[in-house]
Amino acid sequence: MTTPSTHALTAVPTGAELALHGVRLGHPGGAAVSGPVGVRIAPGELLTVVGPSGCGKTTLLRTLAGLLPPLEGRVTQDGEPVRRPGVDRAFVFQHDALLPWRSVRANVELPLAIRRVPRAERRRSAEEWLERVGLAGHAHGLPGRLSGGQRQRVQLARALAGRPRAVLMDEPFGALDATTRAGMQDLLVEILRGTGATVVFVTHDVDEALHLGDRVLLFGSGEVLDVPHPRARDAREAPATAALRRRVLDSL
Amino acid sequence: MSWGRRLVRVASPLVALGVWQLLTSLDVDLWLRFEQFPTVVEVASALADRIGTETYWQDLGHSLRRIALGFLLAAVLGVAAGTAVARSRWAADVLGPLVEVVRPVPAIALVPVAILLLPTNEQGIVFITCAAAFFPVLVSTRHAVRALDPAWEEAVLTLGGGRFRVLFSVVLPGALPGVFGGLSVGIGVAWICVISAEMISGEYGVGYRTWQDYTVVDYPGVFVGMATIGVLGRLTSTAVEALGRRVTAWLPGAGEGGAAGPARPSGSAPAPAPRTDTAAPEGPTGPGPLTGPVPDAPAASAARSSVAPPVPDKEPVT
Repeated sequence: MTTPSTHALTAVPTGAELALHGVRLGHPGGAAVSGPVGVRIAPGELLTVVGPSGCGKTTLLRTLAGLLPPLEGRVTQDGEPVRRPGVDRAFVFQHDALLPWRSVRANVELPLAIRRVPRAERRRSAEEWLERVGLAGHAHGLPGRLSGGQRQRVQLARALAGRPRAVLMDEPFGALDATTRAGMQDLLVEILRGTGATVVFVTHDVDEALHLGDRVLLFGSGEVLDVPHPRARDAREAPATAALRRRVLDSL
Repeated sequence: MSWGRRLVRVASPLVALGVWQLLTSLDVDLWLRFEQFPTVVEVASALADRIGTETYWQDLGHSLRRIALGFLLAAVLGVAAGTAVARSRWAADVLGPLVEVVRPVPAIALVPVAILLLPTNEQGIVFITCAAAFFPVLVSTRHAVRALDPAWEEAVLTLGGGRFRVLFSVVLPGALPGVFGGLSVGIGVAWICVISAEMISGEYGVGYRTWQDYTVVDYPGVFVGMATIGVLGRLTSTAVEALGRRVTAWLPGAGEGGAAGPARPSGSAPAPAPRTDTAAPEGPTGPGPLTGPVPDAPAASAARSSVAPPVPDKEPVT
């Protein structure tokens, strides 16, 4: 990690508490994609959500973000209802949503520009984040010239540069090959450390969910299970992990 | 580009000029009659004479100023209206039906409207030019804005951006490729209309001068006018395309010498490039009135015939 700076932007924010109270997810006018969901995500927690593709995991994230109103029930952040998207809850999209006409650095600067952070400061901050994700050399390039993995790293940097109190990640590594994916997971763990942000990470990959999460939400049943050894690569074969994996796989 | 293709590109217009010179200098009369048609040499010498005069450059300046004003106005209004219609249901309901009714009316047919509404001819010409370019820009912008990737907007929203941030950081830059498609079409239509409008009601300007030359049976002069229009049109549309390529360099496949972007040919948009033949008189070969209020309708080009009634307030300088 880089040494913590003293200015306000890199001061450690506290994670947000997110909660769904009896929420029915779905698109307005369409059928509900899930029954009532009630879950509380603790500040600073990393909750992974597993479920088969197309079951509505993305809808859950979009509802948490405020991009989509729930059909029923309430979504809250620290007890306050979530009504619209906001700077507190950054979203990392499955397919990179970088603005293709902005340079890589300008993309990372975006949340800071929106907050009217002075140019010099946001430039420095963006460069710091790009260095953290290992793309310092690509700052001036356009996103279109990067590989899929690199683009997702830029998205991570952009999401975190705004110092969000929660990060909602929608299968961000889903399109990457296995090696890149493992590298990205390690990178994610590393750069999340010290941010204090609450993370909701959607994936259809059980191993990814068990590696990254403090807890796993099984989307189908709504159960939330504790992960015995979060973010410990060598605990992959531990008996408790293996038992949980079996249980998760059975539920799918 | 290979040498062979280069050669063809250079040779093609030269051969065309050669054929023209041959047909006219030999006074060929094979159903098509070339006796009165000026030769290339006559046109070239007329051009050489004109280029030395102040009037020529004055006309050029007038036409350029009118098209610049009209086109820029159309660009701003077209992008604004297109974006509004695409983004707001209210704007779509209010503007949509109006646009669809006014759009099929040829801009040059708005001459009476311009005369009734606007105090001066000059403003009328700018108005007509603007009206011509406005619709292609509006339609292309509307399509481009509707086709934007929704993830871009959502990304900005979840980074804390509001409506204006979405508009200026996502909608407008993202729609630029389509907007420039519309601008490319628009600049071509704008030339057609600025020249036609000048012919009808202008004082000074390349179109006015071309028509004046026709009325005094100065055919080489007419061709000088057409050549001037062609070159100006080519230069301005090249400028628009070049600017378009510059601001859309981020497109995948940009820099491979394609068009400015995924330009959708909009429904009613006329030809993309100014055609010099719109200025060609098709009427009787006799001279029009030399002086006096108005060159009257009988010697009308296709563009003129759609505005048959004479233009009452024209004051020829001669």
